[in-house]
Amino acid sequence: MEQKYIPKASLKAWLTKVNDGGRRLYAPVTENGKTNFKRVKSVDEISMAHIQTAQSVKGVAFPRAEKLFSYVRQQGDVALQDYNPSDIPDTVVFGLHPCDAAAFKPLSGIFGWGAQDKPFSERMQRVTLVGVSCGRSDVFCFCTSVNGHPGSAEGSDILLTAVGDDGYLVEIITDKGQALVEKGAELFEAATGVSKEEHLAEVPVRFSVEEVQRKIAGMFDSDIWKKQSARCVGCGACAFVCPACACFDIQENAKGSGAGDRIRCWDSCGFSLFTLHTSGHNPRSVQSQRWRQRLLHKFCYMPQRLSTRGCTGCGRCSRACPVDMNLAEHLNEIERL
Amino acid sequence: MSDNIYLPYLVAIEKITQEAPGVKTFRLKFKDEEVARSFEFKAGQFGEYSTFGEGESTFCIASSPTRKGYIECTFREAGKVTSALAKLEEGQTMGFRGPYGNTFPLDEWKGKSLLFIAGGIALPPMRCVIWNALDTRSNFKDINILYGAKSVADLVYKHELKEWEERPDVNLLTTVDPGGETPEWKGQVGFVPAALERMNPSAENTIAIVCGPPVMIKFTFPVLDKLGFKPENIYTTLENRMKCGVGKCGRCNVGSKYVCKDGPVFSRAQLDALPPEY
Repeated sequence: MEQKYIPKASLKAWLTKVNDGGRRLYAPVTENGKTNFKRVKSVDEISMAHIQTAQSVKGVAFPRAEKLFSYVRQQGDVALQDYNPSDIPDTVVFGLHPCDAAAFKPLSGIFGWGAQDKPFSERMQRVTLVGVSCGRSDVFCFCTSVNGHPGSAEGSDILLTAVGDDGYLVEIITDKGQALVEKGAELFEAATGVSKEEHLAEVPVRFSVEEVQRKIAGMFDSDIWKKQSARCVGCGACAFVCPACACFDIQENAKGSGAGDRIRCWDSCGFSLFTLHTSGHNPRSVQSQRWRQRLLHKFCYMPQRLSTRGCTGCGRCSRACPVDMNLAEHLNEIERL
Repeated sequence: MSDNIYLPYLVAIEKITQEAPGVKTFRLKFKDEEVARSFEFKAGQFGEYSTFGEGESTFCIASSPTRKGYIECTFREAGKVTSALAKLEEGQTMGFRGPYGNTFPLDEWKGKSLLFIAGGIALPPMRCVIWNALDTRSNFKDINILYGAKSVADLVYKHELKEWEERPDVNLLTTVDPGGETPEWKGQVGFVPAALERMNPSAENTIAIVCGPPVMIKFTFPVLDKLGFKPENIYTTLENRMKCGVGKCGRCNVGSKYVCKDGPVFSRAQLDALPPEY
């Protein structure tokens, strides 16, 4: 891994070069008081004043709604038009935090389990992730409790860490990252030898994830699920803001006159319809069963089946929850059982 | 061939059979000749069947892998997709993705007797295994079938039931729920678990395959216990809601097991080790 330094002024110039030549640049943009990843035309739109964007950036590889193929019906016959990966432009994401970059591992685990999911893998191939370490955190952050770190390079192709007010330490992690640096190699300087550690946010460890995983595996029949989820309204917000949630629905987007697209769209295990059979039978008929599924999936089933965890400690679920359910607190409670 | 796992094969509806009120069987032929030649599946596997305009629905493949050149599905008109499927006509095109999931271990069952117990619309997943066994009849000893439905009209595959009834190498017992009989009905009257008790089949060297609504399964398992069937000799197939069929969409899991990948076929011994989430 190579290290370099880039002054703040040069960063803008480099990103401007990156945002050229047919590539799309996604970066945090603040609009109406909310910061989210948006496609930017000018790097001046980028805002890095936030601790966490409202939505994660998983949509660059797993869009909220995505066409899987198209069809045209004609007199009882059907013509299909397959998914075309050449429609996907190269995409650079700038400014995602280590928790979001780390979440592409569980996403890749799910979409690559057995049969490869082409829409996801084709997008991933075309995405370069330029992460930015966290200089600040809030009470909802818990990356350090799930083996993450505010300066972790895992998942990023390049990781920047603000070292002082004037510039960034640049860690070039992958070949993809190296190729992107070369779009403006003259803007980068030799690393100054300064350590990034003292410039990182402090994120206290809120629970032992090993202990949680050990306990939760035997807790299917526990009363804790009812207790913790008694106030859950089943809105699914936690899943929609989660960088590692991958559950989806497949739906028809019929456009009339016999043509349409088959699409997949984000779904949530928190919804009662998610598992409802046509007969009316529902294996997860009440909210406590759905809350249990959410936690067991992330902290038991995914580690068992995919050797990865479905949580990177970004804290978005807790920030977004309308009834103040706090995942880190609930996991801490499970650890102490 | 596309490597897009969500792109269905196009299949033509060759034949439609009205099995019972609201229940139809489609015989489907792959439109691509290469696919038609190379397509293979095993007893117990399922697929995603679709209309273009309404979407996909999950059913088992109801025909036997020993019958080449087509696949069949049997479904009840119940939701949005099945209602749209039911409106299709012979000659029209629909979609199929599959085969998915694991299979009934027919190879392991060689030399054993088979006892099939099915209720209502759950005969289709079993019909695939029954015909597979009958088409390789010398591999098995006795073949007993117990099939129950709400009423005489609700019995599916009536023509095949007749064929099984007339075959000397199959013992078929049919029953309908009390009140579901007609004056001409010659089968039994009563629920499947009670009929099974009266049937009193031997558990010796026998595999029991049970498919039916949850309530039927719940009351049939204790009867099998009483008859001496061990959990590892009882098989069933689960039908949790699915969308992708390939372990990604997140809804069909029972504990850490995915019905679409680890199932749909489970032995009772395997089910006993899973949480009751089906």
